[in-house]
Amino acid sequence: MRSLEEINDKIKSGKVVVVTAEEVVDMVKEQGVKKTARMVDVVTTGTFGPMCSSGIYFNIKQSTPKIKCGGGRVTVDGVAAYAGWAAADIMVGCSAMTDEDPRNAVYPGLFKFGGAHVIQKLVAGEKVRIQVRTYGTDCYPRKEYDAELGLSDMNDAVLFDPRNAYQLYNVAVNLGERTIYTYMGVLKPRLGNANFATCGALSPLLNDPRLRTLGIGTRIFLGGGEGYVVWPGTQHVPDPERDEKGLPLTPSATLAVIGDLKGMSDRYLRAASIAGYGSSLAVGLGIPLPVVDEEVIAYAAVTDEDITFPVVDYSEAYPLGRPGALGRVSMAQLMSGSIEVDGKKVPTGGMASRARGREVALELKQRIAQGSFLLTRPSAALPGAELAQGL
Amino acid sequence: MVKKKLVLSFPPRLIQQPVTNDLIRKFDLEINILRARVVPRESGRIVMELKGSSKNVKAGLEYLDEQGVQVDPMVQEMRHYGEKCVQCTACTAVCPTDALTVEPVTREIIFEPSHCIMCESCIAACSYGAMESQF
Repeated sequence: MRSLEEINDKIKSGKVVVVTAEEVVDMVKEQGVKKTARMVDVVTTGTFGPMCSSGIYFNIKQSTPKIKCGGGRVTVDGVAAYAGWAAADIMVGCSAMTDEDPRNAVYPGLFKFGGAHVIQKLVAGEKVRIQVRTYGTDCYPRKEYDAELGLSDMNDAVLFDPRNAYQLYNVAVNLGERTIYTYMGVLKPRLGNANFATCGALSPLLNDPRLRTLGIGTRIFLGGGEGYVVWPGTQHVPDPERDEKGLPLTPSATLAVIGDLKGMSDRYLRAASIAGYGSSLAVGLGIPLPVVDEEVIAYAAVTDEDITFPVVDYSEAYPLGRPGALGRVSMAQLMSGSIEVDGKKVPTGGMASRARGREVALELKQRIAQGSFLLTRPSAALPGAELAQGL
Repeated sequence: MVKKKLVLSFPPRLIQQPVTNDLIRKFDLEINILRARVVPRESGRIVMELKGSSKNVKAGLEYLDEQGVQVDPMVQEMRHYGEKCVQCTACTAVCPTDALTVEPVTREIIFEPSHCIMCESCIAACSYGAMESQF
């Protein structure tokens, strides 16, 4: 139909036709898959929500005399950092906390300041306090370091997320007798509410459920800047059970992503203090899907009615690892404000933001249309996937 | 009939007095206490919904004034900070009165303070600190 080179040539000449994964739904309804595939070159997707497997690493300029962080102890704004490398590489995971934070000793913990807040401060242009205590060597004699640094003071700063963009996620409910505090939010007892964490028909991996157009090396929108898919995410499931439309039925594909933190913003990297659970980072992530064949459009035309999620009890079944769901509900039902579980009407709430996910897809669409974002061909498919022929 | 949502602030000397009881018995008002915080020797606050004929409501409010109770209309006791909110909609599922709802097309949060009973369920549900209580 069209190759990736042809799409990029169109981007460079400003003639590319880009639509979002929401816009393509109506186009296909009105004009069918064939005609839409002829018209559209790229479909943009987007999501925004807490992705707990997120973190940054950065490299600080050496002091005089020099110091070796590796093997020492490092904190950033009091938050425990990892520096078990060479002299000046430091990593901060979004869920790391300060030593003083009571966690859940005072239940439910508030987790007001963790690694995610360090990350948000940095991308917002603020400085953070880096404190190092280490041992001296002949080549790195200094043992203590204490400085306030911002992103511009660092040699490198990189967002690296081992697991983002879950293809499908559970809808969480609580069958128990007390309110529980989970990574899926506050769940009130006796089916008090049902929380979902997906952007549905806008979600990157639900618009290309068989991962035909993306893989290792795909350039993406990440945290307001640019990034790349670098590996399957941890816990990636290569061969999930699927419905007749190819959509997975359980949490399945995930992505490991990386990008230059210096190009990102606090609009798309936002610290979340999840009560009773911990600190997490809400990440804005968007993937452009090159329309190299009609199948790309057929999959991207997925609607909120098509996508269904398992409803899982987080009072017992989830923590105890018991299989089985209480049923399935569609994204359209979740977005209506309530679903029915065991004959009871249960109000629904989100963890992911459809509004902000839409903003990601529109921003990516704009960058492509303006010629400032070119598509890349994946170097390799993700496990379980086969790349489209035309790529 | 008149219905008002009010915040009553009591000076310490009034804490031992059954002011709410007087409102009901002497002024024939229907009282629905939404929240109350009364600490002996310190000031107390009650958020209530007060219902009755306009004449009785007026008389009741005058009585409160005479007693030295400060009466404020319940506005902005709970605040939604738009710049902190990411529109995730987690708050809407725990809000018992639909004060927090989702606009169906834009998927953005709508906060209607007049429906809010200040149960503060949304505070724990919000991971971004976008809901704050002034109570």
